[in-house]
Amino acid sequence: MTKIVKDEIVHDHNGDGIDRRGFLKCMAWAGTGALCVMQGGVLKSYSLSRLSDLGASAAAAGELSFVQISDSHMGFSKPANPDVAGTLKAAVDKINALSGAPEFLLHTGDISHLSKPEEFDTVDQILKATGKEVFFVPGEHDVLNDDGAQFRERYGKAAKGAGWYSFEKKGVHFIGLVNVMNLKAGGLGTLGHEQLEWLEDDVKQLKSSTPIVVFAHIPLWTVYPEWGWGTDDSAQALAYLKKFGSVTVLNGHIHQTMQKVEGNVTFHTAASTAFPQPQPGKADSPGPMKVPAEQLRSVLGITDVNYVRGQHALAVVDSSLA
Amino acid sequence: MRRSVWILILAAPIVLAAAQLVRDSWGFTASAAQAPTSSTEVKIDNFSFGPAALTVAAGTTVTWTNRDDIPHTVVSDDKAFKSKVLDTDEKFSFTFTKPGTYSYFCSVHPKMTGKVVVQ
Repeated sequence: MTKIVKDEIVHDHNGDGIDRRGFLKCMAWAGTGALCVMQGGVLKSYSLSRLSDLGASAAAAGELSFVQISDSHMGFSKPANPDVAGTLKAAVDKINALSGAPEFLLHTGDISHLSKPEEFDTVDQILKATGKEVFFVPGEHDVLNDDGAQFRERYGKAAKGAGWYSFEKKGVHFIGLVNVMNLKAGGLGTLGHEQLEWLEDDVKQLKSSTPIVVFAHIPLWTVYPEWGWGTDDSAQALAYLKKFGSVTVLNGHIHQTMQKVEGNVTFHTAASTAFPQPQPGKADSPGPMKVPAEQLRSVLGITDVNYVRGQHALAVVDSSLA
Repeated sequence: MRRSVWILILAAPIVLAAAQLVRDSWGFTASAAQAPTSSTEVKIDNFSFGPAALTVAAGTTVTWTNRDDIPHTVVSDDKAFKSKVLDTDEKFSFTFTKPGTYSYFCSVHPKMTGKVVVQ
């Protein structure tokens, strides 16, 4: 599919050159493998086969591009996917084939399946083939048995507390949050008081025009509380980010892509590179979902994110491993 | 039909019921929820504990077995007990010596909760 579709802005509520209808329409395209980008005040969509054109011009404009992967669950070997190392390698191949080469990777957690050292080692080894720096936040599977000591030792040496931190790339402020520690019976994900105080302080001095990308394992919006798919104190975190014109929240945990736009905040969850999970309420429990072997790679995936300087919304594109 | 056969047919349920009463009082068919036994099992499957509520006598050892295809833990709300992570087919046992109600959950999937009532 190589059609280019042009959309006109109808209502520009936030003054950022995008209207909700246009964005949501574009998000529907994104599910089929298209890229939506703001160019000259007009929302354009490109099929993934034309991604190279966009990548080239984005790179020339000095823009920022990175990839999110999630839920590699190294060590899982049940029928839903007996070869999670193989599918992670397929994800790496996909990343290496992107011609708008990403600058770095974000891994939004559940790197390992049982927090075993050899599981982390295997993921590190496989991701080395991208040649890119990887920023991690832990999933609940990464902090078993040791309250996350091993995770912090490997990936969070410069981090605070349970492993939260921030960094900047090309003027975009990235914040890695940890919402899988000290979970309470019957509860959801949780950030905790200490982390929220750190977050408030971390963003206090930033100009409201600074684009923000927050990444954490469990969704920071309430996707489906019955299955624990939400974070009980994320509202407080989002309140500290209210002043910013562009906030992108990238999560994992639910092993399927989902997006939601709320004012200046775009929420997005990534597919897993290991196994899919059912849609909210469509099964008894959120366990690994078995699909016919030939369909597995089509329900696993990576997320390519492009920031075009001066534009408010980041272009977020999911592509499967098929 | 002959009367003797009729009497037998009518008497059968009475005899069976009486036998059941005797068996119950001797504890032969005790179920976990009614009469405590010395060892009790909780099965973890499909992101839930089964049975979710268990009543046992003080001194009982309860064993949790994970039959799910995802790892789980067994952690009491008040730190009385805490398993390491249990992969499929792994077990955790705890002996309840003191009476009380012990609520617990899976620390990996906190929506999974259960309780053990120790009498």
